[in-house]
Amino acid sequence: MLSLHNIKVKVGEKEIITDFSYQFEKNKIYAIMGPNGSGKSTLVQSIIGNPLYTLSKKSSIEFSSKKITNLSPDKRAQLGIGITFQTPIALQGISVFQLLRLALKNVDVVKLYEDIERLAKELKINKELIDRPLNEGASGGERKKLEVLQMAILNPSIIFFDEIDTGVDIDSLKTIFTFLKKYRNDKTFVFITHYSKIFAYLKPDEVLVMKQGKLAATGGREMIQKIEKKGYEAF
Amino acid sequence: MKTKKLNFDYKYGFSVKSKNVFTAEKGISEEKVRMISQMKEEPKWMLDKRVQAFQFFLKEKMPDWGADLSTIKFDDITYFIRSTDKQVNSWDELPEEIKNTYDRIGVPEAEKKFLSGVSAQYESEVVYEKVQETLIKQGVIFCDMDTALKKYPDIVKEYFGTLIPYSDNKFAALNTSVWSGGSFVYVPKGVKVTLPLQAYFRMNAQAFGQFERTLIIADEGSYVHYIEGCTAPIYARDSLHSAVVEIFVKTGARVRYTTVQNWSKNVYNLVTKRARADKNAVMEWIDCNLGSQITMKYPAVYLMGEGARGEVLSIAFAGDRQHQDAGAKMIHFAPNTTSRVVSKSISKEGGRTSYRGLIQVMPQAKNSSVYVSCDALLLDEHSRSDTYPTMRIKNNESNIQHEATVEKIGEEKLLYLMSRGLSKVDAETAFVNGFIEPVVKEIPLEYSVELNRLIRLEMEGSVG
Repeated sequence: MLSLHNIKVKVGEKEIITDFSYQFEKNKIYAIMGPNGSGKSTLVQSIIGNPLYTLSKKSSIEFSSKKITNLSPDKRAQLGIGITFQTPIALQGISVFQLLRLALKNVDVVKLYEDIERLAKELKINKELIDRPLNEGASGGERKKLEVLQMAILNPSIIFFDEIDTGVDIDSLKTIFTFLKKYRNDKTFVFITHYSKIFAYLKPDEVLVMKQGKLAATGGREMIQKIEKKGYEAF
Repeated sequence: MKTKKLNFDYKYGFSVKSKNVFTAEKGISEEKVRMISQMKEEPKWMLDKRVQAFQFFLKEKMPDWGADLSTIKFDDITYFIRSTDKQVNSWDELPEEIKNTYDRIGVPEAEKKFLSGVSAQYESEVVYEKVQETLIKQGVIFCDMDTALKKYPDIVKEYFGTLIPYSDNKFAALNTSVWSGGSFVYVPKGVKVTLPLQAYFRMNAQAFGQFERTLIIADEGSYVHYIEGCTAPIYARDSLHSAVVEIFVKTGARVRYTTVQNWSKNVYNLVTKRARADKNAVMEWIDCNLGSQITMKYPAVYLMGEGARGEVLSIAFAGDRQHQDAGAKMIHFAPNTTSRVVSKSISKEGGRTSYRGLIQVMPQAKNSSVYVSCDALLLDEHSRSDTYPTMRIKNNESNIQHEATVEKIGEEKLLYLMSRGLSKVDAETAFVNGFIEPVVKEIPLEYSVELNRLIRLEMEGSVG
């Protein structure tokens, strides 16, 4: 469903991803792992269309058989690519309800509000936080939960979870994964992380290891144990 | 004639063919000042005041501390236009082209829905005026200043120019010498006017000067909300709008004055607004400046009585070739007085906003409380925002708070919203609306909807 061909990415003059090709399939769970600075987040940012990252001319991204390499982030999101950010920012004056209402345009606003309330309850998000400007006064864990809530409402077909576990306590992490299991249906999940602990909750079908801007290895979930034992040195 | 980039998104930029009854020759002189007074059959004291003000205007220097006013051509402006020979109280009785103008702006519609009274000024004079019967019975007066001078000369004489003397500044002097139109409001003791009164100001001619003069007196314990809106056609030659507004809020009374200024971008908007608040009185200015080429306006409250409260909540939006130099003045003369200033300014495409504020707490104004918050939002690298706050606190028993922030809509925030599927315009508009929300929520719903729509238009202009 999402094909990456010859991805080369620069930030300014610095080349961060030197070569990356891969095909993500429908209804699968992926893990992208690798040491800090290996280019994992850069890859995700390139997929969602962050303009700070420049793709080489040969790089090509296809989503549902449509070339999206030159589309703006909003167009990609509308096609069904979702992301939970590593460090979700706070938005002045815009609540999660207002944000989602603008994102969904012709939605029934009463139903939308009720849906948000219900999902917030399941995710154990304090009700106050959904009426406040997004992430204002929210802890790291609450911010990540609000990211997950947005994905559940927007319902994209592939979601990239960029470091979903950082800044999240163990109880919240459990809540998040219980929630994700329930709402996954046939969606594709891609978890970007450098620790394997989250895979205790949800087992990946495929594991991708990135090193120095390249895809260093791929394999099944057994790869995780190898990483746990030997670290990334092994690849 | 100089060429200008015209903004075709401006919905009110249309003009209609003029069928004026009388148009003065352009330029200003003492002779012209006398002529205006004579045409209006004014009492001698008003003529004298106009002439004195004109002498002061001639010798007073242009203010050099704010926006650049060097491009104003006083000789190129028409100072007086009479567009009809009688004022009416039914829209249908207006000349066709004037009625159409107000229909397109939506004034008659608004009147039906949620207003207590409407006054519509076209060029120099008020052409339409109507107040609800119940208010008239309660003794509320809402008419244009020219009529007020004829019907209530004693009240006008008692208050006119006492809060803003012509010597206050060059443009107050200009207004005093050539004033025409504007509103006169008197609310008797204890009367609460529940629905707003609205004055609508329209300039149709090009290179024209509109100099309305407004006087509001809210007697003890009364309440009134006055709203003014303003638009003009887009012309290549500049027009000048220079109003003077004086408000007297008596003991325990409350006045709210809301402005949605949306002049076209060829208008210099140089306005002096001041209110006097007596004991336990409340004066609130809600000031939204979106249009004009240059605006200089600093609504003031003189807190004269113990326990008086003054507020200025303002929004300024400056786009390409616009400079909004706006702010507030709060002078605390009495103990236990409170003032609050909340200023929100947005600059885009090289536009410039300035917050200019003066807070003065006199030695006798003990236990006073001051809160000033000015926030600026910059939409791009070319735009500019400045803050010029002046605080003169003359006693040690007052509580003063001042906060100022400058924010940019960075790539990071835009990306966040766009990653949820919002277009760039929607994302920027959402930020701007979120940013001004604390002020917008104070504005009647009908106007806040309009304000949000106008901001969206501005944002689309910047991207498209």
